[in-house]
Amino acid sequence: MSAPALELADITCRFADRERRGEAYVAVANATLTVGRGEFVSVVGPTGCGKSTLLNVAAGLLAPSSGSVSVFGEKLLANAGVNRRAGYMFQADALMPWRTGIANVVAGLEFRGVPPAEATQRGEEWLRRVGLAGFGHRYPHQMSGGMRKRLALAQTLILSPDILLMDEPFSALDVQTRQLMENELLALWAVDRKSVLFITHDLEEAIALSDRVIVLSAGPGTHPIGDFRIDLPRPRDVSEIRMTPDFLALHKKIWGAMKEEVLKAYARQKVA
Amino acid sequence: MRLRSLQIGIFALLVAAWYLLTAPNLIPAFYFEQDNRAAFFFGEPQKVFAVILDWFMTGEIFVHLGVTLLETLLGFVIGAVFGLGIGLWLALSPTASAVTEPYIKGFNSMPRVVLAPIFAVWFGLGIWSKVALGVTLVFFVVFFNVYQGVREVSPTLIANARMLGATQRQLLRAIYLPSAMSWVFASLHNAVGLAFVGAVVGEYLGSAQGVGYLILQAEGTFDINTVFAGIVVLTAFALVLDGVVGAVEGRLMTWQPRTSETEKI
Repeated sequence: MSAPALELADITCRFADRERRGEAYVAVANATLTVGRGEFVSVVGPTGCGKSTLLNVAAGLLAPSSGSVSVFGEKLLANAGVNRRAGYMFQADALMPWRTGIANVVAGLEFRGVPPAEATQRGEEWLRRVGLAGFGHRYPHQMSGGMRKRLALAQTLILSPDILLMDEPFSALDVQTRQLMENELLALWAVDRKSVLFITHDLEEAIALSDRVIVLSAGPGTHPIGDFRIDLPRPRDVSEIRMTPDFLALHKKIWGAMKEEVLKAYARQKVA
Repeated sequence: MRLRSLQIGIFALLVAAWYLLTAPNLIPAFYFEQDNRAAFFFGEPQKVFAVILDWFMTGEIFVHLGVTLLETLLGFVIGAVFGLGIGLWLALSPTASAVTEPYIKGFNSMPRVVLAPIFAVWFGLGIWSKVALGVTLVFFVVFFNVYQGVREVSPTLIANARMLGATQRQLLRAIYLPSAMSWVFASLHNAVGLAFVGAVVGEYLGSAQGVGYLILQAEGTFDINTVFAGIVVLTAFALVLDGVVGAVEGRLMTWQPRTSETEKI
């Protein structure tokens, strides 16, 4: 059997506490998870449980205190830079405000030394694919939140990464825009079925999009506590699939596993 | 338009008051004992304008203005380039920044105008002593802005560029520089003004050419009208320089959000 696209093995992340010397905060403890080739995996968990930490480890932006990351069977070394086979879509706005839409989309091609003419051509093609044709000359601040997300999606996908890492990419959008974006993401993903690791705190979003949902425990010391296969038929429409009995049954089952952790996280926040 | 006419009105009012209060024998002297004293201390507007007109008609002023503007420009460009370079370097290298911190602080708190006599000794009475003074003034303004600008680049923006495959060098060009530039432009109006101050103060302390030199010469002979004429010309050109910076800024910073206004129908 071929190696999985992404394998996080026994990852632990400790952060030094600046105020209290010697006491470290363990964000993630002994977390193991894999993403198969062409698989869409969502990770859900209560707020502040270290989901983003896990994703940064997968991206090679953060070196874990212990444990290892393997990408298509090859170990990602701590000091060898970022995971070059992955694209990352951030929760916060990560577009360069001083570049126009098209210049933002082709940034990755530019970094890789693709000739400008070819880069622009491919950039225009991607703008069209995410529904932004004709908006390339606009600056990010002249676009709506939804348009900026599409732009970020094009910026990431134009490099056609083998693994797509997404950190609550649509959490800042309103419900309608969000469902539209989720459908578009699924449509784009269906074309070439990359491996996706999708982080969210929204269980409905996770079930609607994924092949597999992984539930994390409340922090500190976050680790996966549940792994659920989502065998809903594809292609899916995220707003319609939410009404089906199968969806509701899955939701009930996973929520049962998650509920306790959410309450734990909530109680901890109230104390703090 | 209304605004413009009000502005011109204030100017006319000021000049009129100046004329009324200084013209000998026009109104009885109420502060000075003699009638022509006010004109001696404050000059007379029509004579000031006559001096300016004469300067431009004969072309005498151009060589002096040229020298002052050259000093300003050189001081500004050299200071800004050093400020940008060293600001980037220190912001990206925590060790270097920590080591040099007390020196930077020291030089910045020092009243740098006192360096003018030293520069005159080092670089002579030509333009370079004035340029050097301008550089020391401009450098710190630009330096601190670049330093701050680079420090405050959003970490997400850097992480994103790295994930898109940017090398350290590309990161500098695509993220740090543009981000710092918006801060630099914020300080540019200030920096141009300071380069101008450097040039004029330098000339004032010892020179053979420049508008500062003209003022100094006139003061030596108690020719207060010429002193005022020099001040007026300097002010006008400071305004022009500021306008040029504003135009360049508007051109390069189109990406910055502006508060939008709806059009009236």
